[in-house]
Amino acid sequence: MGVSPMTLFLLRRIAGFAVTLFVAALIIFLLLDLLPGDPARFILGINATPEAVAALRAQMGLDAPAHERFLNWIGGMLRGDFGISSTQRLAVSELIAERMAVTLPLTMIAMVVSVVVGLPIGILAAMRRGKATDTALMVLAQTGVAVPNFWFGMLLTLVFAVTLRWLPTGGFIPWDEDAGAALRGLVLPGLALALPQASILARVMRTALVDVAEQDFIRTARAKGMTKSEAIWRHGVRNALLPVLTILGLQFAYLIAGTIIVENVFYLPGLGRLIFTAISERDLVLVRGATIVLVVATTATMLLVDLCYGLVDPRLRRQGA
Amino acid sequence: MIARKTLALAMTGLMLAAAPVLAQPTEIRIGVALEPPALDPTAGAAEAIDVVVYQNIFEGLVRIDQTGAVQPGLAESWTISDEGLTYRFKLREGVTFHDGTSFDAEDVKFTFARLLAEDSVNAQKALYTAISDVSAIDPTTVEFTLSRPDGLFLFNLGRGDAVIVAPESAGNNAAEPIGTGPFAFIQWDRGSRVVLEQYGPYWGEKPALTKATYMFISDTATMTNALLAGDVDGTNNFAAEALAVFENNPQFKVLVGSTEGETILATNNRREPFSDLKVRQAMAHALDRQEIIEGATYGYGVPIGTHFAPHHPYYLDLTNTYPHDVEAARALLAEAGYADGFSATLKLPPVAYARLSGQIIASQFAEVGISLELVNMEWAQWLEDVFANKDFDLTIISHVEPFDIGIYANPDYYFGYDNPEVQALNETLNATTDEAERKRLAQEIQTIIARDAVNGYLFELAQTGVWNAKLEGMWQNAPVEGVVLRDIRWVE
Repeated sequence: MGVSPMTLFLLRRIAGFAVTLFVAALIIFLLLDLLPGDPARFILGINATPEAVAALRAQMGLDAPAHERFLNWIGGMLRGDFGISSTQRLAVSELIAERMAVTLPLTMIAMVVSVVVGLPIGILAAMRRGKATDTALMVLAQTGVAVPNFWFGMLLTLVFAVTLRWLPTGGFIPWDEDAGAALRGLVLPGLALALPQASILARVMRTALVDVAEQDFIRTARAKGMTKSEAIWRHGVRNALLPVLTILGLQFAYLIAGTIIVENVFYLPGLGRLIFTAISERDLVLVRGATIVLVVATTATMLLVDLCYGLVDPRLRRQGA
Repeated sequence: MIARKTLALAMTGLMLAAAPVLAQPTEIRIGVALEPPALDPTAGAAEAIDVVVYQNIFEGLVRIDQTGAVQPGLAESWTISDEGLTYRFKLREGVTFHDGTSFDAEDVKFTFARLLAEDSVNAQKALYTAISDVSAIDPTTVEFTLSRPDGLFLFNLGRGDAVIVAPESAGNNAAEPIGTGPFAFIQWDRGSRVVLEQYGPYWGEKPALTKATYMFISDTATMTNALLAGDVDGTNNFAAEALAVFENNPQFKVLVGSTEGETILATNNRREPFSDLKVRQAMAHALDRQEIIEGATYGYGVPIGTHFAPHHPYYLDLTNTYPHDVEAARALLAEAGYADGFSATLKLPPVAYARLSGQIIASQFAEVGISLELVNMEWAQWLEDVFANKDFDLTIISHVEPFDIGIYANPDYYFGYDNPEVQALNETLNATTDEAERKRLAQEIQTIIARDAVNGYLFELAQTGVWNAKLEGMWQNAPVEGVVLRDIRWVE
């Protein structure tokens, strides 16, 4: 047929994306439905009359049967309506968008710092393989992986906020109020998040380069008269990027959802804290909406990484695999 | 402990070395651990709501002052009929809501119609069910008719649950609260902060502060850093374990006061073996309150022997009803047929005082042969299991409602105490308005429930605030939930 391998590759990936989303939505809905605890009772506390609790349940639409609520939810999302948060009484999409204004820039800062710091360290270590520089850098990277990011964050706070008072201990000023202050608020948490990520990247980059260095094409390049460094730089790095890309994709997904502890340490209004609070307050509509956004972000990142593979490695494009 | 002291000293050193904090004469940033889920105090039980809005954004007909006494609020005066069934309030004139609409008797009528409506979602609706009619006599006069006398009626009107709202704005109060108080709502950056500003046309005396920002910081170490760095000016109730850092630091003051929180080892009186008085008495003897207070509250709690706040004039000290006595406990258990003890579960909600007390009580009970399995729960699950379904043996919880001894007259309440004598006494108490007689009745109930060892009575929770030393006017005690800003000011 006239379908190119690249189109086929794309179609397969996109179909997989859609199926993943539906299955995830179903699982999220079922799990949350099984969660013990009545949202209405949680809001009204221990002195509320049963009538008041029943009235609130009805207001929150909790008295409809499960399949009806599932279909309403899916139907709503297809129309772009994520529902109304049961505790905050606001559109879920609006609440998530507010938090994204913190989480996305924070993630980007952490990603950029970890790439800018991690990749050169990994490349340098690979080039100096077996030498003292290599050992020192890898000990450093090992420490970076071992140090919990929230602890590193507290250390940063103690030095730069409590003692030197260069930066705030935390909190977030909205972008439209004072963009400079907003950015200043993201510096320390960004660094705290970046440290372990940079360390992981450095290690992965080094390992990948060392593997590549043993390949035939590097030997060929050296036989043609290139120095080891030149050969690694011109031919090795690009080939070593595949595993690094995979890790970057995973890191992005992790940072979007997994920054909750650092958000707590720096009292930032990010997505992780929104979900955590929503779960403990049994705001099921909000938890559902936010988790589905995370699922979309994660699967979309993976899709993007797959497509990047295609760019980096033309063999994948041709095979359509 | 040594490590903590060293850290405290190190931090004190850091503070002294740091540049002096700039004085902010009229603005304050207050750190609070919990963010309110919404800002309407009439549609939710969360204390975090009142912390932000009570007496700041919203006001009731009356208000509760720092000592727990009732003071005039939006009503400047009132008269009570002899039989205690009719309350006539004279309302203040010239009061406006923050959206500019004026306040009058119709708003009061609307507020209570909404509170008592069939579809009302007021968390404390039960407190106001004695109201049979609210009528607006004229724009500044409102008359409440009660179906039965209610000794706590005025106090309850002063709670956050009964603040006056306007029909034009009530529906939006959860996200954009509009009240009559000295501070108006400006903005809420969810997950981060709520900003209030002084309301210019306020009817009463102007507060010293022009702006107040509530910052939501749930992590204790983070709050400590924020206080030390001067990013927040104070917090109304800080974790007891972190106070050491501030106690000897001249830049801060630590305010230790009382709350209305009776912390109890709640016992399921419906279940065996707890339905047996001897077993409950044995458990009471097994408890060592001082040890629990030291371990769970770092010594800040006040021991209680019954379900009543120690600072209340009606309080009776009954802590010696069943003194700590391991032998007596063992003997009572043997008499009840549990010479070899028994096993039970202790369900613990996610608050430090409960989790810590739970571990100490488990070891104290082990000494007399009662083996406890500790089950940690989050709030929503605790509310469902323990509170709604009454599926528990023991739990630890602080009852923060003021004057809530009436829960012992409700046999359907979660701990299931069914004593007709207490029920009759409570009914008389509710219908009595004479102070001396009310005190006698309240003390009689206190004595009976202490003797019956309905629950294990542990301690009254303390309020431990940490504030910048240059701030004055904060409430030391918490007779109601809230952080009242009206008297707070910076001094040199």
